[in-house]
Amino acid sequence: MSLRIILKRIGFLVLVVWAAATITFFIPRISPRNPIRERMAELARTGGFSGQGMEEVIASYSARFGLDKPLLQQYVDYMSGVARLDFGVSLNKFPKTTVELIAEALPWSLGLMLATTVIAFVLGMLLGAVAAWPRAPSWLRSFATPFVLFMGVPPVLMGVLLLFFVAFRLKWLPLGGAYSIGTVPEFSLGFILDLARHQILPATALILGSVGAWVLSMRGMGITIQGEDYVNFAEHKGLNGFTIFRDYYLRNALLPQVTGLVLALGTVVPSAIVTEQIFGLPGIGSVLNDAIRANDFTVIYGIVLFITIAVAVMMVLLEFLYPLLDPRIRQEA
Amino acid sequence: MATIALPQTEVKQPGRLTLLLRYLRRNPGLLVGLLMLLGLVAFTVIGLLTVNTAQAYPLQVRVRQPPSWQYPFGTDFFGRNLLAAMVVGMWQTALIGVLAGAGGTLIGVILGFISAYFGGWLDAVIKGVCSILTPIPALLIQVVIASSLDKRDVTIYTMAWIVVMLAWMGPTLVVRSQVLTMKERQFVAVARLSGMSDLGIIFKEILPNLLPFIAAAFVGQVFAAVFASFYLAVLGLGPLREPLLGNIIWAAQGQGAFFNGWWWWPIAPAVAMILILGSLALINMGLDELANPRVRRSE
Repeated sequence: MSLRIILKRIGFLVLVVWAAATITFFIPRISPRNPIRERMAELARTGGFSGQGMEEVIASYSARFGLDKPLLQQYVDYMSGVARLDFGVSLNKFPKTTVELIAEALPWSLGLMLATTVIAFVLGMLLGAVAAWPRAPSWLRSFATPFVLFMGVPPVLMGVLLLFFVAFRLKWLPLGGAYSIGTVPEFSLGFILDLARHQILPATALILGSVGAWVLSMRGMGITIQGEDYVNFAEHKGLNGFTIFRDYYLRNALLPQVTGLVLALGTVVPSAIVTEQIFGLPGIGSVLNDAIRANDFTVIYGIVLFITIAVAVMMVLLEFLYPLLDPRIRQEA
Repeated sequence: MATIALPQTEVKQPGRLTLLLRYLRRNPGLLVGLLMLLGLVAFTVIGLLTVNTAQAYPLQVRVRQPPSWQYPFGTDFFGRNLLAAMVVGMWQTALIGVLAGAGGTLIGVILGFISAYFGGWLDAVIKGVCSILTPIPALLIQVVIASSLDKRDVTIYTMAWIVVMLAWMGPTLVVRSQVLTMKERQFVAVARLSGMSDLGIIFKEILPNLLPFIAAAFVGQVFAAVFASFYLAVLGLGPLREPLLGNIIWAAQGQGAFFNGWWWWPIAPAVAMILILGSLALINMGLDELANPRVRRSE
């Protein structure tokens, strides 16, 4: 890939992040809500101190967060903060910063999301390829059908159903949380097994929600490839079924499938976040949920921006994989 | 020269309804989706007429009752009759879906037409804005908008607006690409040569040909809107007073419904939502097939 294309993609990335940051900057400032006033009012209500001198407190906090400066100055400060991945201080969990909160939660979300996306992607490609493959036995080909049906069910709802049937009725797996109540996080086999047991249901919900799409696109691709001359040729040359399957089907479908993955990221990430919140996992979704319940605006906007940046960066990185997957793109460069 | 007498058999053209039914037989997904949707509509309409909808709000009935003859879906922690809540929630979900779907499609059609038909810098701007906004997960921006509103201001209609604001890019790009190909067809050239105005060409020549695509885009938008408003509600950003399906799941999760053994509380809205989204997805796929003759199955 030539340098020009790389620079172009990075330029696009910067534009996307800038647009997202601008939206999250201006929407709260158009809004009639004043987060600091709300926070102070809440403290006054729960802490029982009188409203006396509240205006001064609010003014001093506004100065501290730089809200009294002219709008343009605020915008410049905000953008330079975003460029340094500094999303400000949490209003609810002061003095923790948004980035600290995200960093604590990120390993949980990242682990779950990476594992489920990879498993769903590989499983979907294999099932889809088999479903399109005329020489596969019919029982193997029909394996893909239930996954396609599950595609319409968002992972959150699949999560509720799994919780009901597997965890509540059958009592096979825990009802939620990242590890059993009462255990202390430690590096032992028992704890790791406990951890894994708690991840099975959320992972299943996420995998079932996305396998179907990969199955469908892979099957479509497989059917197109079947008619191609080079597959006919390979068959007549006497290559065995497995070689054709691996080198002619999977290889050719890889590039469009990775493109599909790039496009899917924008929906996969938010739905994973909502799902982990249903299961009470301590990931980004739970931080977002806490922030929404506590009106912790800096954290809400910080998480939104962080995920947007992460998704955009992942999209560009995946696009840089193209030349590795497709020799034709490599040659053009 | 002998004449051959051809038997004059009358060719009977099947009526529109028979054609439609025949098509549905070839497209079972569309049929099943439509039947499911019909069932849901029937449930909602009959429910609105027979069930006391006041019971969809808190403090109306005995709390935490499991499903029984009196309360088929049980009652929740806040004293809502879940049957009434389902009826009202479905009606509100449908309202948000149709409003936001129609809004997004309308904006998309208008922008798509302007972009493709007039081209030039307008096209560049609209396409550029679309391609920059598309990678930003819409749900997250909707979270920002919804959370910056005063909780008391969030109603069913504001939910629909929040969804519309970020849902017009898809239809814009679809309509734009279709108009671009349509513009080059001969009948448009003939219309232009015969002196038809731009608006005339758009409304009389291109728009009617695009209707199947617009219908498919509309169903897709309704699906996306129901989905988006559901996610917002599950995150606790919906109108908290209303029995929206996502709100009920959010409340059930917040009260630890499964931990406390109130299993019926989140199950009813979850199943309802699965049926709604499933029927819309099936109709969407079926309409795609109808709109895109290349994948249409032959008889």
